[in-house]
Amino acid sequence: MNAQSNDIATYNFAYLDEQTKRMIRRAILKGIAIPGYQVPFASREMPMPYGWGTGGVQVTASIIGPDDVLKVIDQGADDTTNAVSIRAFFKKVAKVAVTTETAKASIIQTRHRIPEHPLNAGQVLVFQVPIPEPLRFLEPRETETRKMHALEEYGLMHVKLYEDIAKHGRIATTYAYPVKVEGRYVTDPSPTPKFDNPKMHRSPALQLFGAGREKRIYAVPPFTDVVSLDFEDHPFEVQTFDQPCALCGAENVYLDEVILDDHGGHMFVCSDTDHCEKRRADGHHGHLAPETHLASEETEPAE
Amino acid sequence: MDIATQSIDGGFAEPVFNAQTVFRAIMDAMARPGTVQNLPQLARPPAPLSATAGAVALSLCDNDTPVWLDPPLQAEASVKAWLGFHTGAPLANTPADAHFALIANPKEMAALDGFAQGTQEYPDRSTTLILLVDDLASGPSLLLEGPGIERTSMIAPPGMPRHFVEQCKQNNQRFPRGVDIILAAPGSLSCLPRTTRIKLMEA
Repeated sequence: MNAQSNDIATYNFAYLDEQTKRMIRRAILKGIAIPGYQVPFASREMPMPYGWGTGGVQVTASIIGPDDVLKVIDQGADDTTNAVSIRAFFKKVAKVAVTTETAKASIIQTRHRIPEHPLNAGQVLVFQVPIPEPLRFLEPRETETRKMHALEEYGLMHVKLYEDIAKHGRIATTYAYPVKVEGRYVTDPSPTPKFDNPKMHRSPALQLFGAGREKRIYAVPPFTDVVSLDFEDHPFEVQTFDQPCALCGAENVYLDEVILDDHGGHMFVCSDTDHCEKRRADGHHGHLAPETHLASEETEPAE
Repeated sequence: MDIATQSIDGGFAEPVFNAQTVFRAIMDAMARPGTVQNLPQLARPPAPLSATAGAVALSLCDNDTPVWLDPPLQAEASVKAWLGFHTGAPLANTPADAHFALIANPKEMAALDGFAQGTQEYPDRSTTLILLVDDLASGPSLLLEGPGIERTSMIAPPGMPRHFVEQCKQNNQRFPRGVDIILAAPGSLSCLPRTTRIKLMEA
């Protein structure tokens, strides 16, 4: 065999072998048919460490075709290490088109955010999930959590949320906030900020979740009820921010705090970089936006 | 044509890409019950297995998935040989052992609860039924509701099993256990996962 060529022609399309893809595809179909149920699957070793999105990459590799357009985000950003390397990986092993624009992508693989731009019906959102079992920190034994899901016994989760209220006066969970899918399974939305939970509810896009180390795949079909757990007197609330994005001035979006210097200087900017860039290109301005706009690395620390 | 040729001919021309095309059609159909996904003819299995059902089997079945065949398919040695050659899937002895069931004559098929339903702990260990239908529009209209459907959806496959609506209702009630159905029509397919609530539409 000629191993000289630069592209990885010796790998199968999208890296995984066909038998693995079939196994993952079957798990995806079961996941869609049983919304919120974690389907066990024979997760493979991937050319990246656990915790870097091996589950999401396996799901994406199993569904992607040559006509797909892939977007990868890491905490909302298209330009961080994890996003850049996964995008490069699929560019190389599947030769698919890639984009940073939410609206142009057919598959969006995400680590811990749902894009601000509303998703449409043809899109598939693939989540990278570290701990798929929402009950795991309450009950470490898989045999027991499996029984709890089987019997729909979720009292423990409500006790946990109640203890939050007793200790802090409010539900202190801010990410991986448990949801109930279609009135049946309590499910981990992956460590997205709870800000994104309402976007999962009756989303027109198909949402697939892959956990590589924990060997689980689950799914939320389009137009499926996803309800964040809460109490009547302590209803679910999303985070609010008391200032708009410092670069694009967007309100009602999820913001990241960026430290500017070691004297306490900081700013809040959109975590969704594509959304922020689009808004700035459209002429929106935040109070820290540079005069010559676009180019994102010009935040030199002030001396 | 002798049986050896029949069993070897008619697989995917492009196994990797064709399997992906078929899977995406099934995935979209499963995620949006009642929508009709068009599919070009990618496989040419021996009759009475249809091109669509054959393509679904090629894209999902392998040596990990026992397949059950209904009597008309069971009777055809060339069908068994074709599936065996292209997928390597073992044949299930009873419907309850099957991961997939291929059903050429849905009208006479065994009851839905005769197939593997999965367990309360592992509801994914259930049979996926692949029903061969003539089309998806000429039968009695079925009104669909449930996950994947914005308001309601409609599909009208002819020649469905006896008491199909009632059987599906019972299938819903077994949730999370239950069977999922792929309707394979010539040139298109549609899915009815266990979550879809089906009503007969009054004419």
